[in-house]
Amino acid sequence: MTAVTETIRPPAPPKPVEWMQKNLFSNWFNTLLTLIAVSFIYFTVITLGRWLLFTADWRPVTTYPVLFLVGQYPREELWRPGLSLLLSIFLVGMSWGVWEKYVKVFAIFLGALLGILALIPLDTQTFTPAIRATFLVCPLLIYAGFRVGHLGVIKGYHVALLWLISLITIILVFLPGFGDSTILPEVPTTAWGGLIITLLLAVGGIVLSFPIGVLLALGRRSSLPVVRLFSILFIETVRGVPLVTILFMFSVILALFLPSESRIDRLVRALMGIVIFSAAYTAENVRGGLQAIPQGQVEAAKALGLTNFQITAFIVLPQALRLVIPSIVGQFISLFKDTTLVVIVGINDLLGIGKAVLNLDPEYIRLQTEVYLFVALVFWVFSYFMSFASQQLEKALGVGER
Amino acid sequence: MHKVISIFSLLVIAVLLTACGGAAPTAEPIKVVETVVVTVEVPGETIVTQPESYGSIATRVRERGKLICGGRTDLLGFGYLDADGKSIGFDIDFCRAVAAAVLGDPDAIEIVPLTAADRGPALQTGEVDLLSRNVTWNSKRDAEWGNFTTVMFYDGQGFIVGADSGIGTLADMDGATVCVTSGTTTESNLATAFADAGLTYEAVTFEETAAVYGAYEEGRCDVATSDKSQLASVRAGFASPDDHVILDVTISKEPLTPVVPAGDDQWLDIVKTMAWALINAEEYGVTSSNVEEMKTGPNANVRIMLGEADWGNVALGLEADALARAIAAVGNYGEMYDRYFGPSGLAFSLDRGLNNLWTNGGLIYAPPIR
Amino acid sequence: MSGHTRVFEKTALWRDERVLKIAGQIISAAILIGFVYWGIANFLEATTQRGMSLTYGFLKEPAGFPIAESFIVYEPTMSFGRAFLVGLVNTLIVSILGIIFATILGLFIGLARLSSNWLVSRIALAYIEFHRNIPLLVLLFLWYFGFFSRLPRVKDSITLPGPIYMNQRGLYLAWPRLSETGDALMTFSLAGLILAVLAWIILRRIRKSTGRDTYFSWVSAGILLSFPVFGWIASGGTPLWIDIPVLKGFNFQGGLRLTPEFGAMLVGLTMYTAAFIAEVVRSGIQAVHKGQVEAARALGLRNNQLLGLVVIPQALRVVIPPLISQYLNLTKNSSLALTIGYQELFAIGKITINQAGRAVPIFIMVMATYLFLSLFTSILLNIYNRRVQFVEK
Repeated sequence: MTAVTETIRPPAPPKPVEWMQKNLFSNWFNTLLTLIAVSFIYFTVITLGRWLLFTADWRPVTTYPVLFLVGQYPREELWRPGLSLLLSIFLVGMSWGVWEKYVKVFAIFLGALLGILALIPLDTQTFTPAIRATFLVCPLLIYAGFRVGHLGVIKGYHVALLWLISLITIILVFLPGFGDSTILPEVPTTAWGGLIITLLLAVGGIVLSFPIGVLLALGRRSSLPVVRLFSILFIETVRGVPLVTILFMFSVILALFLPSESRIDRLVRALMGIVIFSAAYTAENVRGGLQAIPQGQVEAAKALGLTNFQITAFIVLPQALRLVIPSIVGQFISLFKDTTLVVIVGINDLLGIGKAVLNLDPEYIRLQTEVYLFVALVFWVFSYFMSFASQQLEKALGVGER
Repeated sequence: MHKVISIFSLLVIAVLLTACGGAAPTAEPIKVVETVVVTVEVPGETIVTQPESYGSIATRVRERGKLICGGRTDLLGFGYLDADGKSIGFDIDFCRAVAAAVLGDPDAIEIVPLTAADRGPALQTGEVDLLSRNVTWNSKRDAEWGNFTTVMFYDGQGFIVGADSGIGTLADMDGATVCVTSGTTTESNLATAFADAGLTYEAVTFEETAAVYGAYEEGRCDVATSDKSQLASVRAGFASPDDHVILDVTISKEPLTPVVPAGDDQWLDIVKTMAWALINAEEYGVTSSNVEEMKTGPNANVRIMLGEADWGNVALGLEADALARAIAAVGNYGEMYDRYFGPSGLAFSLDRGLNNLWTNGGLIYAPPIR
Repeated sequence: MSGHTRVFEKTALWRDERVLKIAGQIISAAILIGFVYWGIANFLEATTQRGMSLTYGFLKEPAGFPIAESFIVYEPTMSFGRAFLVGLVNTLIVSILGIIFATILGLFIGLARLSSNWLVSRIALAYIEFHRNIPLLVLLFLWYFGFFSRLPRVKDSITLPGPIYMNQRGLYLAWPRLSETGDALMTFSLAGLILAVLAWIILRRIRKSTGRDTYFSWVSAGILLSFPVFGWIASGGTPLWIDIPVLKGFNFQGGLRLTPEFGAMLVGLTMYTAAFIAEVVRSGIQAVHKGQVEAARALGLRNNQLLGLVVIPQALRVVIPPLISQYLNLTKNSSLALTIGYQELFAIGKITINQAGRAVPIFIMVMATYLFLSLFTSILLNIYNRRVQFVEK
C-alpha cells in the first residue's frame, strides 16, 4: 500500500475582483459604505482640484520664497543657515544609513523635494543661483551620508551624539554669531524668522520637554508627599491654562518676576513657555502608560532583587512608553504645530512671515487662503513624517500585537 | 548602599523638578544698564519714581553699537518687509535716521516686531530704545508709557464702505456690521463714536489686519474702519477698487508719534531735534543728495543745522554734523513721505493732506534749529 | 542549647531611609519656597516701581465696547465684569458642544479606522492624517474664509422652513424665550433636574446594597419630565414666546443667531480634536491584549458583545488620561477664537486690557478662570479614571 501524499499549497493572493469582494463588498452594509465613500471621494477631489488649479493665486509664496525660509536673516550672512542646512541634511543621510526603515522614506522624499525646489522656475530674484546650488547639492549629500552611515563602525548612538552636538553648535554658535567677530557677526534673534524659528522651537521643545515630562510623571506616582504634591500642582496648573496665556505670561510678565537688570532673549522666553507646557502634557500621557503596567511586574522585579531605579528604568518605563507611543507622538506633533502661537507674542515664525507677506502688497490681502494652505502644507509634510516614523516604531516594538 | 543612591537620586530629581517648575530660571541673563521706569497711573495712585538717568540711553546705545527700535513687520508703508527680508517703511526710516545721527550708521538698527499689547511694556522695561510703530499720541499713553517726541504723521480714523451701499454719513451706519482690528484705539474710538451718536452697530473683530479686509471684501461686514492711510492702501489692492469708497467722515485724531522711554531727557531731546531737522530740511529744500553743498550754502539757518555752529549738539553729546548724517541717510520729511506714499511710492499713494508743510497748508511745522 | 538573641544594629542616622526621605523632602521644599519667595519679592518691587495697580476695582466701570455674540444679555454700557461673564459663557458653550461632538465624531472615526472595509479604513486614515498634521489656527482660517464667508449675502439668504435663515452673517433660528411669567418654569425645571440626579444616585445605591429593584432609571426620568410640566402649569400657561428673525435694514433682528465665527470655531475645533480622539481610541483598543479578544471569540461572543463587554472596558484604562488631555486641549484651543473674530474669554480679556490698561490683574483673572475650568473637568474625570483602574489584590 502506498500512501498518497497531497501537497498543500498556501492560498494564492486574492485576485483583484476577489479582493474587492472580500474587503469592500463582503456584506450589504459594507457595500453601502463603499458606495458612500466613493461618491464622497469623487466630490471632494473634483472641487479641490478645480480650485487648486484654476482659481488659486500663488504669488505671495512664489515671489518671496526665501522670506518663508529664513525670515529677516541678513542676506549677506545667508551662508550660515545654508551651511547649517547642509550639515543637517548630511546627518539625515547618516541617520538613514544607521536606522534604515524609520528614516528611509523621509530622506528620499527630502532629497527629491530639495532637488525639485532647486530646479523649479520661479521668476523672483531673491531665489539666487547660490541658493539653488545649495538645494541641488542636498540629494547628493543625503546619499553620501547614507553610505557613511552604512559603514559598520558607525552606530546609532554615534549619530545621535553627532545630532546633539551639531544642533547645539548651530543654535548657540553658528546662527547667532558674536558681537565683534568678523567671520560670524552677530545676528540678533529678532532677525531670525520663518522655517528656521519653527524648526528651532519644535526641536528644542521636543528634546527638552520629553525628559522633564517623564520625570514629572514618575514624580506624580512617587511615594514622597512633597515630590508628589509638587508634580501634581505643576502638571494640573500648567495643563489648566491655554498655551497662549503661558506664552503671554513669559513674554510680558516674566520680566516682573526677575530682578530688573536681567533680560532674557524673546526667543528663549517663548521656548521656555513651550517646554513647560509640553512637559505637563507628556507627563500625563506617560502616566496613562504607567497605570497600565500590572503591579505584578514590579513585584517580580523586586523579588529578583532589582533596585527601585532599575525597576523604573528597565522594567516599567520601557513597557509604559511603548504602550503610549501614539499619544506621545501626537503630543510632539501638537507641539510642532503649537509653535505657530508664538506669532501672538511677536515672533515671526512661518505663520508670522505668512502674515507679514500678506501685508506686503495690497493685492495679497485677498490671497489668505493660498498663503495659509501653503503654511499648512509645510507643517503637514513634517508632521506626517514624524507620525510615519512613529508607526514604524510601533510596528518594530510590536504594539498591539503582543 | 543602593538605598542611599536611590534616595539621593530622588533628591536630585526633586531639586531638578523644583528648579524646572519653580519661578522660571534665567537663561543667559544679559546685564544691561539698570532701567527703572516712571509710570504714573491716572488718577491718584501713589507715584514712586526713579527716572532713567540723564544720558543713560544714549550711552547704552553707543556701547551696544546699535539702536533697538520697536516696530512692525506687517504694516504696509510704515513697517514692513521687502523682498530680501529687510525692514522698510516710514517708521523704520525714522529709526534709521536716529541711528545715523547717534551712531553714524543708518543700518545699525535692530527692529523688534511688537504686537499691540507689547508696546507699553517693552518701552517700560527698556527692551527697546525707541518705539516707532505707528503709535497714536494721547494723554494716557504719554503718562504711562514714556515720552512722546514729535508727531510725524497726522492721521484720522475713517470708514470704507461699498460704493452702492447708500452709506454717506455716520448716521447711515445705524445697525450696520463693522469689521475692525482688535487691540487698538480703533476699536475704542469706534465704540465711543457710535455711543455718542446714539447708534448701534455690530462689531466683527479680528486679530490681524488682513483678516479684517478679507472679511469686508467678502461682504461679511458693511463697513470696515481703520486709520485712513491704511484704508487707502487696502483699497488699492481690492479686486475692483472703484466699488469701494472711503467716506469723508473722520471720527478721531490719530497723531502718529515715535515714543522714547521715560526719564532720560537727553534722549528725548535727541530724537525730537532729529525729527525737527527732517522737517526743517524739507522747508529749506535740503535733500539727501544736496546735503554736502548746503553745508556751505547761502542760508545761515541751514548751515547751522548742518553743523556750522552749536545747535545744541554739545549738550546732547552729538557730533556737529549728526543731523546732516541723518538727512543724508533718509532724506528730508518730504522724501521720506514720497518714498512710500508719494505718486510713485513703494507702498501706495496717499495725498499729503494734513501731512504737508505748514507753508503748504498742512500741519507739519517744526521749531527752528539754532 | 544556647539561645541566640538577634541584635538589631541601629543604622546610622545618615543612612536611615526614613530620615533621608524626610530630609530630602524638607530640603527640596525649602528650595522651592525660596525660589517662589524671591520671585514674588521681585514682582512686588517691580510693580510698585512702575505704579502698576493690582486692584480689581475697574471691573465695575462701564465697558464701552459691543460684543457681537452673547448668549446672555449685554449692552456696551454694562460693566467690564459683565463683559467678562459674556466671554466666559461663550467659551463654555463652544467648549461643551465641541467636546460632545468631537467625542462622538472621534469615536466613530477611530472605529472606522479599525474597520474591515478597506475603503472606509483608508478614508478614516486620510481624515486623521490631514487633521492631525496641520495647525488648528490654519484650519480655523480655512473653515472661516473658505466656507463660512462664502455663504450667500444677507439679501440672498437660504431660507428653510422654521423659519431658518442661513447667510454669511450667520444662522438665524426662531427661538423660544422666557416671558415675565417664565421664572416659575425655570425654577421647576432646575429643581426637577437636581431631584432626578439625586434620585438616580440614591436609588442606584440602594439597589446595589440591598439587591431590590428600585427602577431608578424610570423614577428619575419621570421626575425629569414631570417637573417642567408642573412649572408650565404654575406659570399660568404662557411662560415662553417665540422670537422670529426679521430682516430689518442691514441685518436680521431677533431669533437665535449663530454667527459664522461661532460656526467656524465649533466645526474647526470639533474636526480637529476628533482626529486626535480617534487616535487615542485606536491606541486604547490596540492596548487590549490580543489574547483577550481571542478568548472571547473562543467563548462565542459576537462582535458587539466583544466590543462592549471585553474590549472597551479594558481600553478605557489606557484611554482616559489622554482623553482628558484632549478635552482640556479643546477648551483651551477655544482661546484662538480672536483670530476669526469670535469673542470668548481670552479675546474679551485682551480687549479689556486694551481699554482699561491693567494687564496683570486681568491676566491673572483670565488664567485663573481657565485653571478653574480645567481643574473641575480634570477632577471629575480623574474620579472616573480611578474607578476603571486595575483593582489589584
